[in-house]
Amino acid sequence: MEKEPLIEFQKVTKRFDTRTILDQVDLKIYEGEVTTIIGLSGTGKSVTLKHIIGLLSPDEGQILYRGKPLGQMTKTEWNEYIGRISYMFQNNALFDSMTVFENVALPLRQKTGLNKKAIEEKAMARIKQTELTEEAHKYPSELSGGMQKRAALARALVTDPQIVLFDEPTTGQDPVRKNAILGMVAQNQKKFGFTAVLISHEIPDVFFISNRILALYDKKIVFEGPPEEFESLDHPFLDELVGSLEGLQQELTGLYSRRHFKVRYQTDFARRNPNDTYVAAVFKLEDMDAIGERIGHDAAQQVMRAIGSYISKHFGKVGAFSSRQTIDEFGTVLPFSNMEEAGRILADFTDDFQKHGMKGLECTIDGPSTEENICELTVSAGMAPGKPQVEVESIMEFARYKQEPIARFKCSFGGIMK
Amino acid sequence: MSSEDQASSASRTPESGITRFFNLFGLRVIRLNNNLGAIAVFFFRSFVMIFRPKQIPEIVQQIYFIGAKSAQIVMLVGFFTGMVLGLQLYYVLIKFGSAGVLGTAVALSLIRELGPVLTAIMITARAGSSMTAEIGIQRISEQIDALYTMRIDPLGYLVSPRIVASIISFPILTALFDLIGIIGGWVSGCVLLGVNSGSYFSRVISSTAMEDITGGFIKSVVFAVLVVTICCFQGFFTHMRTDSYGAKSVSYSTTSAVVLSCVMILISDYTVTAFIL
Repeated sequence: MEKEPLIEFQKVTKRFDTRTILDQVDLKIYEGEVTTIIGLSGTGKSVTLKHIIGLLSPDEGQILYRGKPLGQMTKTEWNEYIGRISYMFQNNALFDSMTVFENVALPLRQKTGLNKKAIEEKAMARIKQTELTEEAHKYPSELSGGMQKRAALARALVTDPQIVLFDEPTTGQDPVRKNAILGMVAQNQKKFGFTAVLISHEIPDVFFISNRILALYDKKIVFEGPPEEFESLDHPFLDELVGSLEGLQQELTGLYSRRHFKVRYQTDFARRNPNDTYVAAVFKLEDMDAIGERIGHDAAQQVMRAIGSYISKHFGKVGAFSSRQTIDEFGTVLPFSNMEEAGRILADFTDDFQKHGMKGLECTIDGPSTEENICELTVSAGMAPGKPQVEVESIMEFARYKQEPIARFKCSFGGIMK
Repeated sequence: MSSEDQASSASRTPESGITRFFNLFGLRVIRLNNNLGAIAVFFFRSFVMIFRPKQIPEIVQQIYFIGAKSAQIVMLVGFFTGMVLGLQLYYVLIKFGSAGVLGTAVALSLIRELGPVLTAIMITARAGSSMTAEIGIQRISEQIDALYTMRIDPLGYLVSPRIVASIISFPILTALFDLIGIIGGWVSGCVLLGVNSGSYFSRVISSTAMEDITGGFIKSVVFAVLVVTICCFQGFFTHMRTDSYGAKSVSYSTTSAVVLSCVMILISDYTVTAFIL
């Protein structure tokens, strides 16, 4: 039996004057999932989101919430529906005459019966979660673009909504911060179980946290489904948007996207002798969610970035190609190495990474300022031999079974990673 | 062109000119009618929202901004208005040997007319313009949309407290203006030109009836409602302007709000006076 969608667009058309933005759009958003809308600029992604929260209404078609058209809701039903949704605006829409704390506390002050102390505690908890404690009493104009985004995120989550709409939450952020925000969205989504609808250009990073992708192209939804299926979509949209973004990312980090990783594997190994061997390795930062919570999502992303750059440095020399497979895992294929050579490179990598990998990386650990208050980070690695005719995923799965800790770091209160 | 065509085109020309005139005129009347309706709905919806919970802190904040922070400028203008009145009326009255009634002339001019009108114009210039600009900026930067998404009614949160604050502040500031104006009249008439102080103040007290004060009070409340509604309306619908966008639309809305408020103050002053007298 097909799952009932939480929100559904049925033949929705929206025009501004004579310009059609959405044309007969059909889409479904399911409860408890992270759905990401991707598309080129100006294709109506924000317009789609604004329809969900009622800031815009369709010219044709209808939007249903649990099967009930929004246009047919009574005032009470509508208020209940809107009360479940929170919206994070693309330009943040923070009240510039209020401090960060006042911005975050505003919906609680206006719409709940909580007392002053409870409001303060709840708002400060969200502010802390978004790593803005020191900026709580600053005005939005005194914050950087990234901090403003996080303040808007804190405000969107403070009422514990059931549906959260994020309009480009990572725009204007540096790569570390982008992943930190996506990590924060994913973690909060898991923790509180809300339904998240994101608009994002962060491909492929956003795929790691999304359950479903909606691709908006030429006023219509051209793809609706899981990220894995999207990567094999045969549509000009994929070349236009994804290709350009992935190419740029590869140039910047030396790592492939998952899609390019697969393509490289297929093209390289199609010409190889079936009896040739290669090695696949998997690197993982253990318990990343908990680490993110203790040392902050930014620091956790910096650790992942360091792992990625050391993998490129050591394994790239022997013609290996790597990609970030999930939010906490990298995969590497050493096409011309056997297990013995791969083992030596891994030993060099481990030695170098343990000595220098976290050099100078500051970490602000959560909790009391005692010597016992430490956070331990473990990086594990596993390797497995493969043959060209075998799917790389199954070799990597085998490598996962063989994972062992290769490096450990300790982060003490207010200290530097050692 | 055949003679038939010429005849028909000649007969059409004056008609199309008249039609064009009526079209244009009618369009403007319809637009004015729509705007008046929209302003009325805007005011009544905002007024109803006054009674929603959690309004007191916002109202106090607005009274401080519209009332307390306007007091200085109102007192300054009131003082010099009173002084000018005292000076002008002294030289008129002295011609008839009636300098003794200077107190009456100054007090009634201020309490009945100048006090409410000039106070309203001063508050429009100081607080009304900033109301429009503030709400306008909130509109174009999606802050008002953000309120909708938080289920906070923007009319209740942004407009209602300003309505209450204006209705409270305008009469108080008008009374302050009248008082300071009378003192200004005394300074120029008595201290500088030698009219007897006792005579001046006794005339002020004896000639001022309760109806004069009530009339001034009614006017100030009417002006308060007009100014706050026009200024908030202009800011709230900044994004609907067709003549400008973005920051420019906020600037145009602010100008429109101030001009329209001042014009409406003078028109309504005449109307209310005609009813009172």
